[in-house]
Amino acid sequence: MTMTESAAAGTATREPILKARNLVKTFGRVVGLDGVSLDLYPGEVLAVIGDNGAGKSTLIKCLTGAEIPDSGELFVSGQPVHFKRPQDARAHGIETVYQNLAVSPALDVASNLFLGREERLPGPLGKLFRVLDTKGMRRKAKDELTRLGISTLQDVTVPVENLSGGQRQAVAVARAAAFGSKVVVLDEPTAALGVRESNQVLQLVRDLRDRGLPVILISHNMPHVFDVADRIHIQRLGKCAATITPQTHNMTEAVAIMTGAATA
Amino acid sequence: MTQQQTAGPPSAGHADLAEEFLDRQTPLSRIRNILHRYPAVSPALVLLIAVVVFGLLNDRFLRVENLSLITQQVSVVGTLAIAQTLIILTAGIDLSVGAVMILSSMVVAQLAVNNGLPAPVALLAGLVVGLATGALNGFLVTRFRLPPFIVTLGTLNIFIALTLLYSNGATVRGSAMPDLLTWTGSTFPVGPVRISTGVVVMLLLYVAIAFILGKTAWGRHVYAVGDDKEAARLAGIAVNKVLMSVYLAAGAVLAIGAWIQIGRTNAASPNAGVDLNLDSITAVVIGGTSLFGGRGSVWGTLLGALIVGVFRNGLSLAGLDVLYQTLAVGVLIILAVSIDQWIRKVKS
Repeated sequence: MTMTESAAAGTATREPILKARNLVKTFGRVVGLDGVSLDLYPGEVLAVIGDNGAGKSTLIKCLTGAEIPDSGELFVSGQPVHFKRPQDARAHGIETVYQNLAVSPALDVASNLFLGREERLPGPLGKLFRVLDTKGMRRKAKDELTRLGISTLQDVTVPVENLSGGQRQAVAVARAAAFGSKVVVLDEPTAALGVRESNQVLQLVRDLRDRGLPVILISHNMPHVFDVADRIHIQRLGKCAATITPQTHNMTEAVAIMTGAATA
Repeated sequence: MTQQQTAGPPSAGHADLAEEFLDRQTPLSRIRNILHRYPAVSPALVLLIAVVVFGLLNDRFLRVENLSLITQQVSVVGTLAIAQTLIILTAGIDLSVGAVMILSSMVVAQLAVNNGLPAPVALLAGLVVGLATGALNGFLVTRFRLPPFIVTLGTLNIFIALTLLYSNGATVRGSAMPDLLTWTGSTFPVGPVRISTGVVVMLLLYVAIAFILGKTAWGRHVYAVGDDKEAARLAGIAVNKVLMSVYLAAGAVLAIGAWIQIGRTNAASPNAGVDLNLDSITAVVIGGTSLFGGRGSVWGTLLGALIVGVFRNGLSLAGLDVLYQTLAVGVLIILAVSIDQWIRKVKS
């Protein structure tokens, strides 16, 4: 399935996994979002780009429950939802990888994957003494990494701080993508990485997409966006200026739309 | 690690990934990696060397009676250091541990002796005091977001003053107390040695806390919160709840420490053990727990407490003035923190 087909087929027939309609969010007099709509289809990478202050982070925060929109509607798999806090979004399978990488450096890979949702041993040892099922979690972490196609992390007992930036990003992405999530939101995943590590992360994004998990990618890096995105949502002045694809537009045209020098 | 760049797993296409696992190690960095992974190794080595050296210097040092004496000498500070470890693991510090312990011991002794309460009730009251002080420290740290250093510096003074106000500065002697209160000072024979009950209680506490920290989700959350608070919050951990429970647990440990202190000194004195605040931090730091949080273990702390005890005892057996013991402890602290800084530089 090529990108064009998946995007075209998606828009034509499939039900979006995540659908936003006319989101409005104001901060005092400042209008952060001015009626933004967005659709995310299964198995696609949707990039969100925009200049500083264009409202892309506000949009993402509204989608992930970090902000509550003033008005507008959100649907997950067609069902209307209202997120009041990030946990609500997470409960609906929307996982976010934050720019500052929410991993605990001294804990190992498996502990990080299961951080906040640890599993206990069965039987009295787990119930009464609340003993963790360390081996089981390590095994499941390995399985999950294999399933997600993350080959950069082979030893799940290594502390995260011993990993490279790209591997840490992989841990964060793995945690977001693991355990039955429906949507993964990546906020500037390549911002702090070198060329090679960025490529690893982009490959990871493609792998997730190929496994059917849709990804929303926020990025400033046009080459990266054009490299992996199936569709590109361009924010400008609190509105969606255009939704384009890498096939119909090139980078120069995208930047022109972003800065208001052109329209789609 | 002789893995070659091209010898990656079949899932290759990421030839460069295998390279990530290539450690360009020198012997020194290999040592550093081991210390990084097992932070209790360096204090264990220091303890071993110290015991051997002091044993060579003076043959009385290695006698079982002397070794048993050392364990008794560290039983109080060793217990306080458990509480201190819990707090320091969350990237905090508790300057009030000694003061809490003394306050709790005075309440226990006064209630039992002057108010005639049954010994178990008095001990329970001591536990309540420990929990209450922990709740106060935890409340100030979590609700007002004050740095633990400042909070406990304040409560240190408050608890010292409360202790003196409550006790009128009077010491309660052990001979006046019910047996249960001084039970921790009793000894029982194991072969040729006499072991103090207080030491056993301390060791049981170490086992319990080590188990909880290592094997339960709560323990893992304590490390996560100390490691990176924001990351822990984003992972869905209720950071303030964890912090509060850590201060409460520390308070409970300190109340048990008060009991051990009463037995060890055969008295409850309002003027005792104020320097135990800093001694507990010393034990934690020498034991390899990082003051920046998220790294360390209670076993390291036990080793740290034993190292301090062995140095003090060994130097005094070698006939050196007590000032040299203090000097040695000072050097140990600086060495321990330097090693910690060096270990933390580990990179892939």
